[in-house]
Amino acid sequence: MATELSPARPRLRQRLWAFYDSDLVWSFRHSPMAILSAALLAIVAFTSLFAAWLMPQNPFDITQLYLDKANLPPIWIAGGQMPYLLGTDLQGRDILSAIVYGSRISLIIGVASVALSMTIGVLVGLMAGYVGGALDNFLMRIGDAVMSIPTLLVAILISAIFRGMLPVDYRDAAAPLILVVALSLTSWVVYARMIRAATMVEAGKEYVLAARIIRVPRRRIILHHILPNVLTAALVTATLNLGLAVLAEATLSFLGVGMPSAQPSLGTLIRIGNQFFFSGTWWIVLFPALQLTLIILAVNLLGDWLRDALNPKLK
Amino acid sequence: MLLLIIKRMANAIFVILAVSLLAFTIFKFLGDPVQLMLNPQATQQERDQLTERLGLNDPVPVQFAKFVFNAARGEFGMSYRNQMPVMEVIAERFPATFELVLVSSILALVIGLPLGVFAAIRGGTVMARVFHLISMIGVSVPAFVIGILLILVFSIELKWLPAFGRGKVVDLGFWTTGFLTPSGRAALVMPSISLALFQISFIMRLVTAEMLEVLRTDFIRFAKARGLKARAIYFRHGLRNCMMPVVTMTGMLIGDLIAFTLVTEIVFQWPGMGFLFVQSVQYVDIPVMAAYLMIVCCIFITINLIVDLIYVVVDPRVDQLVRGGGNGH
Repeated sequence: MATELSPARPRLRQRLWAFYDSDLVWSFRHSPMAILSAALLAIVAFTSLFAAWLMPQNPFDITQLYLDKANLPPIWIAGGQMPYLLGTDLQGRDILSAIVYGSRISLIIGVASVALSMTIGVLVGLMAGYVGGALDNFLMRIGDAVMSIPTLLVAILISAIFRGMLPVDYRDAAAPLILVVALSLTSWVVYARMIRAATMVEAGKEYVLAARIIRVPRRRIILHHILPNVLTAALVTATLNLGLAVLAEATLSFLGVGMPSAQPSLGTLIRIGNQFFFSGTWWIVLFPALQLTLIILAVNLLGDWLRDALNPKLK
Repeated sequence: MLLLIIKRMANAIFVILAVSLLAFTIFKFLGDPVQLMLNPQATQQERDQLTERLGLNDPVPVQFAKFVFNAARGEFGMSYRNQMPVMEVIAERFPATFELVLVSSILALVIGLPLGVFAAIRGGTVMARVFHLISMIGVSVPAFVIGILLILVFSIELKWLPAFGRGKVVDLGFWTTGFLTPSGRAALVMPSISLALFQISFIMRLVTAEMLEVLRTDFIRFAKARGLKARAIYFRHGLRNCMMPVVTMTGMLIGDLIAFTLVTEIVFQWPGMGFLFVQSVQYVDIPVMAAYLMIVCCIFITINLIVDLIYVVVDPRVDQLVRGGGNGH
């Protein structure tokens, strides 16, 4: 065993060093904005991952809510109480806990919808680009049609249709799934167009020709030979689109066609807080709004940096 | 060229048909209109009569054809919620949305263009970086967050401006306008600023990118060599030459604009079409939903078609590009 492990270790260290020394990491280390954004996202991800241990209460467990602690202001304003750092809402929910639990839902839906739309887009792009002909034309016209309708409208309608088809009891439970599907069905086209163009380039190269000559099955050529060569571009776009996905989810939830109040995302929290605006309890709406803005800004700044860092023209 | 125009038109018609199919799907899958329109005590005979009258016994393709035919004539039936013809309900809301979009777009152009030019001229300096960051923030802050912040500061804390509604409007018969009364103008301030902010960021980024390209060209160098004033160089020679891509990019902007208008209308409870749409989604008022979708998409597709055609007429290179099948950035 030991003899097997020992050569692996220096290799790992070498690999880590090579990674640290690579262009990408170098440019990351020299971009304060990228470091700041990454740190912020890391904190958000960490807190939402370990929310159950870090937060003073689970805001959706009714046994932990106390009505006499309702509508408390943030701690730095007279009347604020520990441990409710950012105050509480009408039902005595701790705002900070609600934000952290809400960020978790927002991030999960954002990442899931980006992953699903990338998968759909990559598959469609590979098929359209490699097979070509009528199939290509058909798939791309569908893509054009999807792109010709404002995304938000389609997402609202898709989630309204799914909700209408489901029995009332299942609507809340299925809400995250409906959101992921609605967001993915409206955003796969970007990936499909990009992968299609890249696939067409790859399909003409010699290694694909060689594979075809020795009669590798078409599916294997597409998935094992072409896919690895076109995937990087899709992954970069996915990072860039994560901010958009989080924003779209928040917007749908804010409009009342997204996450229900029982399991609120940041958008739902803002919608709820918006109703208590005029009673002077501004903290219910302000802090979730700030958190949402910070997350989207951080993702966008990171995406901006990544695009520049990977753009060979700028070097 | 003619081939391309025909191709584009065919594409647009295909897309409109696809949208009507989507709108039709809502009709088919969201609730039963017979149940929604009759009271619960209705007899089976009444139900059958209404089903027959609404044409729900026809085969589905026939229903779809009827739907498209009626939609083309602006017939979307009656709103379930307030029992008025759908087109009337929407026409009543249209002026509010139009005035909001008009004011915010003018604001955005007046502010966004000079800022974009400025950021391009000062490329690489600290100011340009600050501008870049600000426009990044402008793109990242959700529309409803901007609206909520504005209301918090100017309505609730300072009590300067109304937080919702359209104020007092003047009815001109075919049009209601908020421009003519003080309360109407005051109500317009915050929604239009909130809607303009995102457009400003968009226009600014676009103009900056285009200007940087144009400023590298020879005729700008010669203009400088001729000793022209800076303002003439940048605005008359530079900006004018990047207007074409900017104008054509508005096609992209329109889609976002529709979405942002919808959200802004919700935040400020602005009685426009977007507000109507979200309400109709909540009340499952299907004819209104379908009509809004069709109208907005037709506007969107028509503008994009016009923009595409202008582009082709002005820039012959596009013709080649489109024939080559390129469609990405």
